[in-house]
Amino acid sequence: MSKLKLATVWLDGCSGCHMSFLDMDERLLALAEHVEVVYSPIVDTKEFPDEVDIALVEGAVASVDDEKKIRKIRAHTKLLVAMGDCAVTGNVPSMRNPLGPEAILDRAYIENVSAQPQIPCVVVPQLLRIVRPIHEFVHVDVFLPGCPPSADTFHTALTALVTGQPLDIPALTRFGA
Amino acid sequence: MSENVEVKTLVIDGHEVSARRGQTILEVARENNIDIPTLCHLDGLSDVGACRMCLVEIAGNNKLLPACVATVSEGMQVTTSSERLQKHRRTILELLFAERNHVCSVCVANGHCELQSLAQDQGLTHVRLPYRNPDLHVDASHERFTLDHNRCILCTRCVRVCAEIEGAHVWDVMGRGINSMVITDLHEDWGSSSCTRCGKCVQVCPTGALFDKSKIGTSHPKYPDFLPYLNLMREAQ
Repeated sequence: MSKLKLATVWLDGCSGCHMSFLDMDERLLALAEHVEVVYSPIVDTKEFPDEVDIALVEGAVASVDDEKKIRKIRAHTKLLVAMGDCAVTGNVPSMRNPLGPEAILDRAYIENVSAQPQIPCVVVPQLLRIVRPIHEFVHVDVFLPGCPPSADTFHTALTALVTGQPLDIPALTRFGA
Repeated sequence: MSENVEVKTLVIDGHEVSARRGQTILEVARENNIDIPTLCHLDGLSDVGACRMCLVEIAGNNKLLPACVATVSEGMQVTTSSERLQKHRRTILELLFAERNHVCSVCVANGHCELQSLAQDQGLTHVRLPYRNPDLHVDASHERFTLDHNRCILCTRCVRVCAEIEGAHVWDVMGRGINSMVITDLHEDWGSSSCTRCGKCVQVCPTGALFDKSKIGTSHPKYPDFLPYLNLMREAQ
C-alpha cells in the first residue's frame, strides 16, 4: 500500500502546534509507516504539492498571503485538518481584531522604534483587517482544538485518520487545552 | 386527579418520577440523577432562565421549556436529550462564543470555566458563526477584583448573588440585547462603587469575566458551592 501524502502548514500561529506534533517523539516513526511528509516548515519543499491526502494547518488567516495559501491548500488536499486554536477559533492572533491592524502596526513599527520608524510595505504581505479561523475561508474536514493540542491528542487523532478509524475529538481536547 | 394533590408523577426520559407541586423540572431531574446541562443556574440562587441551555421537550407542547424555571405538572412527559435539543444547545454555545472575545488559551479561567467545559461536553469543536470581535472594556479599578467584559456571558449570577445573598445589589444589567452589560452601581467604576468586597460574585462567575487579582494565572478554580450551605445555615437560624 502506498503511503498517504501528509502536509503541515504554518499560517498565523506561534509554531507551538508543530512543536507539539514533534512531541509525539518515537511515535512519529510508527506514523511514518503510514504517511510521507511532502510539505512542511520542517522539510525543504517550497511549493505546496498538487496532490495531498492530509493537510494539518496551524494558525489563523491574518494576511493576504495566508488567504492565498489556504485556498491553494484546500484545492489540492483531500482531508484538511484545522490544527490548534488559532486555526479553529482565531485565538491569540485574532485579539487584534477589536483594535484594527493600524494600531498594531503603529505599536510595533512606530511607537516602540527609535531608528527609522516606518511601517513595512514591500515583501511582507498586507494584513487583513480581521483575523479569522480557516473555516471562514474554506471547508474544513476535521477540527482539532487546543493551544496546542497535546502530543497524545495528535497521536490518537492522526492514527485514527490514517487508519480510517472513528475519531471522537471532544473526548481528546477542547478550546484552550 | 385534582390539581391540589401535592405529589405529582411525571415521566422524564422514560423514567417515572414523583415530585412535589411547585418543583422545577430541573430539580426533579437532578434528584433522580438525570443530567440536564445548565449555565446560568446555580444552586442557592433564584432562577432566571437566561441562558436556555436547560431547554427540554414536553410531549404535546411545540415550545421548548427551560427546565430551571418550568414547574412540573401531573402526567408531564419530559425529554431532556434529543437531536433537536443537542442542536439548540450547541448553537447557544456558539452564539456565546461568537458574541464576545473568549480566548480560552490566555484566559484566567482556562481549565476552570463552565462555558469551556460545557462546550466540550456538548461536542463543540468549532464555532460556525462569524466572531463579532467587539471592542470591550476591562474594569480593573477594584483593589481586589477585575471585571473583563470580553468574557462575560450575561448569565447574571453576579447580579443575583449580590442582591439575594449579600444583600448589596451593587451589580445590575445596563442596556438591551447585544448592548447589555453588567455594571456596578449606576455604571460607576467597580473600585469606587458601593461594593462590600465580599467576593461572592467572583466565586459564582462561570467564566473569566470576574476574577481575583491575586490569583491571575491558569490555575484559578472557583468555589460556588458555598451558596447552598449559606442558605441552609440562614434558614436554620
